[in-house]
Amino acid sequence: MELTSLTAAEIAAAVKNKKVSAREVVDAHLARAEKHNPVIGAFLHIDAAEARATADAVDARISRKEPVGALAGVPVALKDNLALPGQPLTCSSKILKNFKPPFTAHVVEQLQKADAVFLGKTNLDEFAMGSSTENSAMQLTRNPWNTDCVPGGSSGGSAAAVAAGFAPLALGSDTGGSIRQPASLCGCVGMKPSYGLVSRYGLVAFGSSLDQIGPFARSVEDAALIMNAISGPDRRDSTCRNTPAPDFTANLNQGVKGLKIGLPKEYFETSGLNAEVKAAVLAAVDALKKEGAELVEVSLSMLDYAVPTYYIVATAEASSNLARYDGAHYGHRAEGTDNIIDLFSKTREEGFGSEVKRRIMLGTYVLSAGYYDAYYLRALKVRTRIAQDFAQAFGKADLIASPVAPETAFRFGEKTADPISMYLSDIYTISTNLAAVPAVSVPCGVDSQGMPIGLQLTAPRFGDDLMLRAAAAYEQVSGLRNRVAPLQGN
Amino acid sequence: MDYEIVIGLEVHAQLLTETKIFCGCRNKFTHEPNTNVCPVCLGQPGVLPVLNKKAFELGMKGALALNCEIPPRTKFDRKHYYYPDLPKNYQISQYDLPMSERGYLDINVDGVEKRIGITRAHLEEDAGKLMHSTDSSVVDLNRTGTPLLEIVSEPDMRSGAEAKAYLELLKLTLEYVGVSDCNMEEGSLRCDANISVRPFGQKELGTKNEIKNMNSFKGVEIALQLVAEKLFDATKKGEKIEQVTWGYSIEKQKIFKMRVKEEANDYRYFPEPDLPPVEVSREWVEQVRATLPELPRAKHTRFMDEYSLSDYDASVLMQDKPLAAYFEDVAKASGNPKDSANWVINDVAREMKERNISGISAFPVKPETLAELLALVKGNTINMPTARALFARLVQGETASPKDIVEKECLAQVSDSGALKEALEKIVAANPKQAAEIESGKHQTAMWFVGQIMKEMKGKADPQSVTQVIAERFGIDPGLLQKKK
Repeated sequence: MELTSLTAAEIAAAVKNKKVSAREVVDAHLARAEKHNPVIGAFLHIDAAEARATADAVDARISRKEPVGALAGVPVALKDNLALPGQPLTCSSKILKNFKPPFTAHVVEQLQKADAVFLGKTNLDEFAMGSSTENSAMQLTRNPWNTDCVPGGSSGGSAAAVAAGFAPLALGSDTGGSIRQPASLCGCVGMKPSYGLVSRYGLVAFGSSLDQIGPFARSVEDAALIMNAISGPDRRDSTCRNTPAPDFTANLNQGVKGLKIGLPKEYFETSGLNAEVKAAVLAAVDALKKEGAELVEVSLSMLDYAVPTYYIVATAEASSNLARYDGAHYGHRAEGTDNIIDLFSKTREEGFGSEVKRRIMLGTYVLSAGYYDAYYLRALKVRTRIAQDFAQAFGKADLIASPVAPETAFRFGEKTADPISMYLSDIYTISTNLAAVPAVSVPCGVDSQGMPIGLQLTAPRFGDDLMLRAAAAYEQVSGLRNRVAPLQGN
Repeated sequence: MDYEIVIGLEVHAQLLTETKIFCGCRNKFTHEPNTNVCPVCLGQPGVLPVLNKKAFELGMKGALALNCEIPPRTKFDRKHYYYPDLPKNYQISQYDLPMSERGYLDINVDGVEKRIGITRAHLEEDAGKLMHSTDSSVVDLNRTGTPLLEIVSEPDMRSGAEAKAYLELLKLTLEYVGVSDCNMEEGSLRCDANISVRPFGQKELGTKNEIKNMNSFKGVEIALQLVAEKLFDATKKGEKIEQVTWGYSIEKQKIFKMRVKEEANDYRYFPEPDLPPVEVSREWVEQVRATLPELPRAKHTRFMDEYSLSDYDASVLMQDKPLAAYFEDVAKASGNPKDSANWVINDVAREMKERNISGISAFPVKPETLAELLALVKGNTINMPTARALFARLVQGETASPKDIVEKECLAQVSDSGALKEALEKIVAANPKQAAEIESGKHQTAMWFVGQIMKEMKGKADPQSVTQVIAERFGIDPGLLQKKK
């Protein structure tokens, strides 16, 4: 039994039934990660001792016949913008290089209750701003399917860790596509839950009205399993829904018969959409039709406005959320300044990378007196229109199917010189964050180079369970399930 | 041309909640620095604010006491500025949808009533406290996240005296409803002023000056006066008024220029995405309104109507809610509101001051006891000197009731003319010189005899009866003696 090719569900079952110990599972994953992470660069930080101690504790409880959680012994990787005490919380930024949080993220607590085992923290674009993980101030992360290519971003480290078999599950955060796009580029399942389904407490904020924490997995079932653990009310997040979350695994095998799946015509007409990607997504939609789904055409006419609207709303919130990193209270502090304004300026000048600075400036500008109405307020109005667009489409269809990203994984440096082209890699994912609706990326094939392609399914807000059910139905027919990238020197 | 001064006040009142406005930390900053803090009020990465419902209700209660309307929907906004006592470098405040608006207070300056409009009262979080030494600055974040009610008045005041009266009534009102302890010296009530000068009859406001840190009522009056003088001078000389922000030094009683503003600060307000808007049902508003106690001006009017108190007495009692309640208890128990007011305002207040008793709740004489004492005086059982002596003993901790003491120690005053005549004859016999004086028409000597009889009767003689006996003995019109007294 190759432990690193098991799904989370298989691991949890095997551990509970004592077919394998949690310690063996964790050791196998740590060994693979320690061997290949120097090339892949998924993890920023691996805490092997802590992981082994947690695994041993789970095994001890199982041997005493005590009950254990649904993810007993399952290794999980955490994007390094989620707070886990004792481990660094860097957001891949120099400004938080030595910061350790004194508190625990809600999702981390929930996973601890489920007896999951944290292996370490994964790389990201600095403060989750980017689509290739190239904006990390720490290191590059390579796509496990082709190490010359980016893993996508901003949760590139989590996507790569799952695709490379370092962990069957990982958490990321998605503000404009930061889970779905790297999942698509790395060939795994990546889900952005409905806004308000998962508590953001302990997630370092980027765009507070857009950010959601969500899972990476190699099967839809595993994504549902971890969603069960992390979803639901948390009084520390006032934007989190106050009603209990459904059991996401309950209806996974109910199929798509009778479901109406909408195809937004604008999404398939965009000039940047790669032909192979388009063909794979349309083929996936056809497969769903064969399973009994009804296809309907819908219109999401605001698509062209999504990227500009997003870069106003998200940067405005980011400029505010990142104001706190000033060197006065924690994190990096510039040396050799003799007054507080210089201390603030020099700390931020040294601590932030260029993409973060660009977004802080953009956000500061759109909130400034005289520009607020023309930019921020107008963007909020467009945001409402985008949400109305979705509401209208969901009047005709139960779910919407589309590409996740216009292209498969691109090469390092290909888009770094042109921020706009980088921003456009999120064109299909951004609208869902603006509309607060859930979306999932599931693998639907590979291009001629063998690089993964993702299908995006979007549901009405809090229709996350229905969405996963359709994703599971597709996974069933596609057979594109639990694919671990064959790493060199395996 | 004649000019008028236009004043508006911005007041910040710390709310008396157990915990802070957006986290569970204790709302206490007298403790060791940086002990009542948590990741949320420290603004650590990844934390989120959660609105304290009690703080919201307390703010609403304060706003209702200021006659404000409570809109059905309100939200929070972020106000950005960089300062090391503000860990997030933005303050959660309220911008365009405050939790209350359109209130007023009716002030009274020298007998003239005036309504001062209140534009809005909104909730926000307090910042921490910076402390500077010669070579370093340190910050205490215990105060960070203390709930504040910011109360913005209309520019309705026309003098320092009006501003002071408004601020005093505002403070009293917030104290009455128990939302703030309003200690200006300790900073739980802070006042900034906007002031400008314009020709009488002109509608537009003149160029605004601001005054910060006037942390006493006297400071508010003095600082406004000083800035007004500068503005008048400049206006009369035809100079352009600069938009100055002034500070005020309480020690020197002087104003000083803090900065001259070229343009308004850009706080880049935008809706706080971490806090959903608050829907305020009418039921909730009425529930909170039902908890409002009688407000100062209503109490003042009622005391004049119900107890026939003078404007002055009613005003004095209005200033101190617990003292007013004490007065009412004495008045009801004694059935004698006029004397109750006199005793409470004079004797009780004096004893409290002399003994450094800060609140009436700590005063040793209970209202029923004082009422009993008053009844003994009113019923002529004891005279005033005896009453005062008894009161002093009660204040010192005497626990027996006044009635029992009078009975036990035979302190009842003697008005029996037989006993008084007997005493007088004894004194006349022993003091022929004084007797001759009074007989020769020197009526002033009567006072000496009053004193002697009092001494003889160990202070228990009824002064009126004593006078009567002396008048009769020497054949003087008693009216003359009364007047001398």
